[in-house]
Amino acid sequence: MYHWDFQVVVQSWDLFLIGLWLTLLYTVGSIVLGVVIGLLVCFARLSDFAVVRIAARSYQEIFRCTPLLVQILWFYYALPLLIGVSIDNSVAAILTLSLYVGAFYAEIFRGGIASIERGQHEAAAALGMSGGQAMRRIILPQAAKRMLPAFINQSVIQFKNTSLISVISVGELAYMAAVVNGETYRPLEAYTVVAVLYFLLLFPLTQMADRLERHLRVSD
Amino acid sequence: MDESTLMNTPRSAAAAPAADDPILSVRGLRKSFGSIEVLRGIDLDLTRGEVLAIIGPSGSGKSTLIRCLNMMEVPDSGELRLRGRPVARGFRSRNGSIGVGELRRHVGMVFQHFNLFPHKTVLENVIEGPVVVLKRPRAEAEAVAMDLLARVGLDAKRDAYPNHLSGGQKQRVAIARALAMQPDVLLLDEVTSALDPELVGEVLTVVRALAEEGMTMAIVTHEIAFAADVADRAVFIDRGVIAADGTPDAVLHNPEGERLRAFLARFHA
Ligand SMILES: Nc1ncnc2c1ncn2[C@@H]1O[C@H](COP(=O)(O)OP(=O)(O)OP(=O)(O)O)[C@@H](O)[C@H]1O
Ligand SMILES: [Mg+2]
Repeated sequence: MYHWDFQVVVQSWDLFLIGLWLTLLYTVGSIVLGVVIGLLVCFARLSDFAVVRIAARSYQEIFRCTPLLVQILWFYYALPLLIGVSIDNSVAAILTLSLYVGAFYAEIFRGGIASIERGQHEAAAALGMSGGQAMRRIILPQAAKRMLPAFINQSVIQFKNTSLISVISVGELAYMAAVVNGETYRPLEAYTVVAVLYFLLLFPLTQMADRLERHLRVSD
Repeated sequence: MDESTLMNTPRSAAAAPAADDPILSVRGLRKSFGSIEVLRGIDLDLTRGEVLAIIGPSGSGKSTLIRCLNMMEVPDSGELRLRGRPVARGFRSRNGSIGVGELRRHVGMVFQHFNLFPHKTVLENVIEGPVVVLKRPRAEAEAVAMDLLARVGLDAKRDAYPNHLSGGQKQRVAIARALAMQPDVLLLDEVTSALDPELVGEVLTVVRALAEEGMTMAIVTHEIAFAADVADRAVFIDRGVIAADGTPDAVLHNPEGERLRAFLARFHA
């Protein structure tokens, strides 16, 4: 019978706190940057210029069809060889995370916008609205509602994905668990604490998303 | 069948008295989708206060024509003029020519499937154009909107969302929304076709009232009796050309031409 000993973990509470802080920081940071990238790429996908559309699409497919872990390693170890400048692990981490989630967000945004019936575009246009006015006043508000569940889902995945930047020694939660484990040889306790922390943060979030989704469906 | 025999109503004979002062006019309008030429040279004038009924078989190009009148469909060639000023392709008006944005502020449209904004209440739907496009103060736009909603009998529904309305109510809101822009011309494309039969009457009543108030309208409709009743003029579109043009009495009750007679016969059966 395994003898649990959380004492060693409790002694390292400061490491877990720093880890938690960095996890939140990279999650929120990459989500904010990802939204900006996602919007730009989404509108690039809807552009009149084929070159712009193809460029946006290529970016999306590259980031969606390669593993995030490989992307992180590539940006940290390979990209510096190409450009001849070494990159800070924090820069490589936020860059990769944002570009990765941005590719998925762009697809969610594009899908949401495309799901709005042609009649809505026409009704807005028939009132004399410009393309921008129609987008802001008529299309995006409806699209936002439809894409919210997918957006939250992707963001929850992103939250968990930040654990991968531990491979380039960014001191977020998973990395700190490895540090504690290295010092105490208590992997079970260290990783269980990390898992519980993730769960405690994400479970309320998914519950809230469910409730929000149900609420939006009713108000339709 | 020889097509030239269909052009049996000379335009000059059918033209309304004030034809020298059209609000909206098209000349030589052509439009293709892919390899199909849907409109093959349309000349049409709409004068102030005129109610024009556009009839014709399915696929003859009625919707395409009416959608060209507010540039919802961009013609391949031909000229569109609003009060004598040529309409250009761009959104903005510039020296002399009218942009698509300005054109649509003067030419309203009501759709077969209403296309109300589902995320906005009835009142918000109606004030959207005046507030966003015409930059009217919200309070002023609301006052105008409430007047219009009262006229279509829906002032009590001001805070309802479109999904809670019947089809007939939706279409009446859509008409109020178009009228809120105070357009010079209203385009209606089969505005009762998507309605249950028992709801058609309430929408036609609104359109009839507009006609009596002197609203200039182009109405695509399969309601032949209604067209005969409210229109000042009727055109029969067939295979992309105007095959008959005249008073409702001439076109609808005393039709000339094989294809027009065959078309109308289906409604009298
Ligand atoms: N956006 C489009 N793309 C391709 N073809 C189109 C498009 N719009 C219309 N058409 C075609 O153009 C032809 C004329 O269509 P239109 O809608 O103008 O006819 P209509 O007279 O309004 O018919 P209906 O009485 O059925 O509404 C049809 O063959 C239709 O399939
Ligand atoms: Mg049609």
